[in-house]
Amino acid sequence: MPTDSSWVYAPAPEDSSHVEIKKHYQLFIDGKFRDAADGRTFDTQNPANEAHLSEVAFSGEADVDTAVKAARRAYNEVWCPMRPADRGKYLYRIARILQERSREFAVTESLDGGKPIKESRDIDIPLAAAHFFYYAGWADKLDYAFPGRSPSSLGVAGQIIPWNFPLLMAAWKIAPALACGNTVVLKPAETTPLTAMKLAEVFQEAGLPAGVVNILPGDGSTGAALVQHPDIDKIAFTGSTEVGKRIQQAIAGTAKKATLELGGKAANIILDDAPLHQAVEGIINGIFFNQGHVCCAGSRLLVQEGVYDSVVTLLKDRMETLRVGDPLDKNTDIGAINSKAQQDIIQGYLELGEKEGAEIHQPNCTLPSKGYWCLPTLFLNATQSHRIVQEEIFGPVLAVQTFRTPDEAIEMANNTPYGLSAGVWTDKGSRIFNFTKRLRAGVVWANTYNQFDPSSPFGGFKESGFGREGGLHGLEPYLRLD
Amino acid sequence: MSTPILDLRSPPIDQVGVEERAAKFRTRSIKKDSKMQALRMALGLIDLTTLEGRDTAGKVRQMCYKAAHLHEELPGLPHVAAVCVYPAMVPVARKEVEGTGIYVASVATAFPSGQSDRQLKLQETRIAVDNGADEIDMVISRGAFLRGEYSFVHDEIAAVKDACQGRTLKVILETGELCTLDNVRLASDLAILAGADFIKTSTGKVSPAATMPVTLVMLQAIKDHFLATGKKVGMKPAGGISDAKTAIQYLVMLQETLGSDWLNRNLFRFGASSLANSLLLQIRKQTTGYYQSPDYFSIG
Repeated sequence: MPTDSSWVYAPAPEDSSHVEIKKHYQLFIDGKFRDAADGRTFDTQNPANEAHLSEVAFSGEADVDTAVKAARRAYNEVWCPMRPADRGKYLYRIARILQERSREFAVTESLDGGKPIKESRDIDIPLAAAHFFYYAGWADKLDYAFPGRSPSSLGVAGQIIPWNFPLLMAAWKIAPALACGNTVVLKPAETTPLTAMKLAEVFQEAGLPAGVVNILPGDGSTGAALVQHPDIDKIAFTGSTEVGKRIQQAIAGTAKKATLELGGKAANIILDDAPLHQAVEGIINGIFFNQGHVCCAGSRLLVQEGVYDSVVTLLKDRMETLRVGDPLDKNTDIGAINSKAQQDIIQGYLELGEKEGAEIHQPNCTLPSKGYWCLPTLFLNATQSHRIVQEEIFGPVLAVQTFRTPDEAIEMANNTPYGLSAGVWTDKGSRIFNFTKRLRAGVVWANTYNQFDPSSPFGGFKESGFGREGGLHGLEPYLRLD
Repeated sequence: MSTPILDLRSPPIDQVGVEERAAKFRTRSIKKDSKMQALRMALGLIDLTTLEGRDTAGKVRQMCYKAAHLHEELPGLPHVAAVCVYPAMVPVARKEVEGTGIYVASVATAFPSGQSDRQLKLQETRIAVDNGADEIDMVISRGAFLRGEYSFVHDEIAAVKDACQGRTLKVILETGELCTLDNVRLASDLAILAGADFIKTSTGKVSPAATMPVTLVMLQAIKDHFLATGKKVGMKPAGGISDAKTAIQYLVMLQETLGSDWLNRNLFRFGASSLANSLLLQIRKQTTGYYQSPDYFSIG
């Protein structure tokens, strides 16, 4: 009898023919699309094949000023005086339209950012819609969120978001700001502006009053202009710790409030009584989700010595089954690196890790010839003094270390300037509570990783930033509580 | 008898993690050639089964012919891996499948409950073998397992293995009665340690029968055993897998957990009575582009 020894999955590309990506996208200011005042544009490309996708207007200082003025006018005349329940209605409408157009958004997100369609389809877009739904519900219940205090809106929020979860970060920022009665000027990341521009179309479709949300694609200079604009009441930034520090310097001495969600170097800790197969799956998810372009990625793996060999064997074995390639293929697990610049950074760390003496391991897997790619990578025998253990790589690179006792694991996990997230894997409930209490991280996941929900607050300790997004806590940064 | 189970330390299982992982296999998109290959492969992995009080020689003969001639309209199809019957039907099945390459599997050991004396279980196994069974599908003593008498369970499996006289032994855990995934893992490890050639989820008489999370835990037990010893144990999910789509999802899970070495009848089976026609319907659809009425597919 014939036995089939190999079974190769046929390509299963998500249909992209229904997705219209315009040749040219304009700034979204005061409810209308318009070119930049100085006519500048920039190109956005598909990182999986380096193909040009669209030309996007580039916001300069003058555009920032126009947008902030529009946001101020909308705040004073429309959004702030509006009945909170009516603000909620707009948010619900936005959420529903996002759901209706979810396929289009998922494909666009994968095209522009390189992330696998299964993630944009199952995580990014549904979660973005969920955030709008969640905060829509709060819009007319703020008095109940903060009993005994009288919450009021701040004014105009300047929001700067990263390229790793473009639409989702926009939703994290915009939904609570609007629910609390503020208006918004949002700057999407330079490499991933398209879903934000489509979100602007959603706002138009939802009939959101002009100027309530303004979207200004551009680069760091646009962001700097936004941060420095005198008529901004609140800055919300997600991105690197380095830029976060510059923002804080820039707004020192002003009345601007800020929330910063910055970098991370999370420890994922496997204790010797852990459910190993599930732990390994969680480690894989923790570091290779979205190519490791995740601020809360579990980029340090700490394994108790008694199970080290088993964990490494299972981890290596599991990595062989990861499918790296075309982000639009429904079976792709790891997509393209977001940009050439990021690929260079990751490549630099791969070389550094080897130079530092860690043992590199990558699965057998061929990468496409065009585009920006990085194989999922383990660094074994990494030590606390290695730079690959200390610095955020923001790529699919996991540094593996061992520890002897729970106390040692906690000490190692906390020995970092960051403190965004951590993971702990054990069968013992009491150990979980011991760890969650002592780990200095904003989020600690137990026997799971990278779980997000709009009702759950997210944010950092130490140099991972301050302020919380999501949940009840996510309202606070957008309110004045008297 | 010695009790090597003293060395046995089954890892804990996190149910939420297992269910999440199992669900991810279901999102794999298997299309075109790879789907056709999977459908044909699945056909060749079926243990075509009839295990009913009302089984007769006539019924078994019908099933055996179907096992060897799945759908004459589509040339070049494989035959199923085995037919699975009660011990009393083994002689009939043996005669019917002679020369086809199809194995005869017999349940034994007081199937499905296993609530009988060990001597009777061993005697039943020997009779099934003597009557020409190539494979024995035994049930473990779930009562003893749930009482914590792991040595008893282990030794019983080992004794049945002896009674098989070199025939293939599939050990049914009846996971629907073990209830927790920790139990499923421990029972898998016990069975493997006692010499099982295959571990099998269910009798088909208890609900739930095979599920993907349960099967995944068993595959991981097989994996750990393979990593530790280099020995390959087979897997047989049985009961509840009745459509082509589900079967393909199981194959995805198998390939991505144990690797393509397991994609053959020496190491993987589907225990099923109605899966074959669902696969045939899909194969015909893939071949001609149209679905055909189920009336065109003979019942086993």
